[in-house]
Amino acid sequence: MKVSELVKELNLKVFSGREGLEREITGGYVSDLLSDVMGNANEGEVWVTLQTHRNVVAIASLKELACVLLVSSLEPEQNTMEHSNEERIPVLGTSLSTFEIAGLLYQKIKN
Amino acid sequence: MIRRFRADLHIHTVLSACADLEMSPGAIVRVAKKRKIDLIGITDHNSTLQCSVVKELAEEAGLAVLCGTEVTTREEVHCLAYFKDLGTLEEFQEYIDLHLPSIPYSPEQFGYQAVVDRDEKIVDLIEDYLNVGISRSIDQVEQEVHRLGGLFVPAHIERPLFGIFSQLGFIPDKLNCDGMGIMSQSIESDIRNRFMLKRDVPLVKASDAHVLHMIGSGCTVFEMNEITFDEIYKALKCIDGRKTFIE
Repeated sequence: MKVSELVKELNLKVFSGREGLEREITGGYVSDLLSDVMGNANEGEVWVTLQTHRNVVAIASLKELACVLLVSSLEPEQNTMEHSNEERIPVLGTSLSTFEIAGLLYQKIKN
Repeated sequence: MIRRFRADLHIHTVLSACADLEMSPGAIVRVAKKRKIDLIGITDHNSTLQCSVVKELAEEAGLAVLCGTEVTTREEVHCLAYFKDLGTLEEFQEYIDLHLPSIPYSPEQFGYQAVVDRDEKIVDLIEDYLNVGISRSIDQVEQEVHRLGGLFVPAHIERPLFGIFSQLGFIPDKLNCDGMGIMSQSIESDIRNRFMLKRDVPLVKASDAHVLHMIGSGCTVFEMNEITFDEIYKALKCIDGRKTFIE
């Protein structure tokens, strides 16, 4: 599944990084500790988090994640969006909580 | 003339919910004096309100105090902030008050947040929980601390939670730190290797004492002329022969 398809199916907001919407999704990872994501996330995963700092994009880029998905209507900081455009890694958003969006993601990706 | 001063710059008082009730201003000063410490930093979670009483008692006893707080940023990174005078300290308190979310809590479970006077009489009980992230990012907090002429030092950077590396993976570019806090039990060379910190990044070892017996368990030595805010700044920046090293 591509990031663009996920955006449509789960009605996600695209904050930035539109040039990365054709990236392929292989799985998902949920964490708010950036050190944990650095160590344990895998290439192609959707990263669900409530962290909005620009380091999020740097780590998503380092780990070659598919995209970042912010929960609970949180919005990325301005320089996070700028960085996301440069790195072509989409930063998405949802009004749903981590629990709810993770459940929906699991169904979409694992099925 | 350059002299050596022992400093423990990360100490909590009764005001921090997680600190022991024995951490009264008078007791902190007594223990610090007994352990031959010259300078203590008062750094309660998201509050500066206990600083002035500690400073008053300490100065009477011949102990210097660096007034500050351990602020929790939006990313839940604990950062030490120190201020030159009570005016800028108060301004930073207003900044915290403005950005602290109002989260009622149960003091019976989490501990009381008491402001006490010099005779250990409770003069205020803070109702909103202080061990939470304020709504400002680490970059915004750093800029505000420096706007007020303060010092900004991320606390216990090696902790698996609430440290700059656990929360943010790496030090954000353009973040202006005056030092990096490390824990009592850590070894400087291990920390420098693990986080690839160059020699010119001053490490500040401190106790993070929440109980009396921990005071002075981690100290940093400041080589400088006298204990003033400006001399502390110079020592951290290695200006004019001043410097710091870990005890």
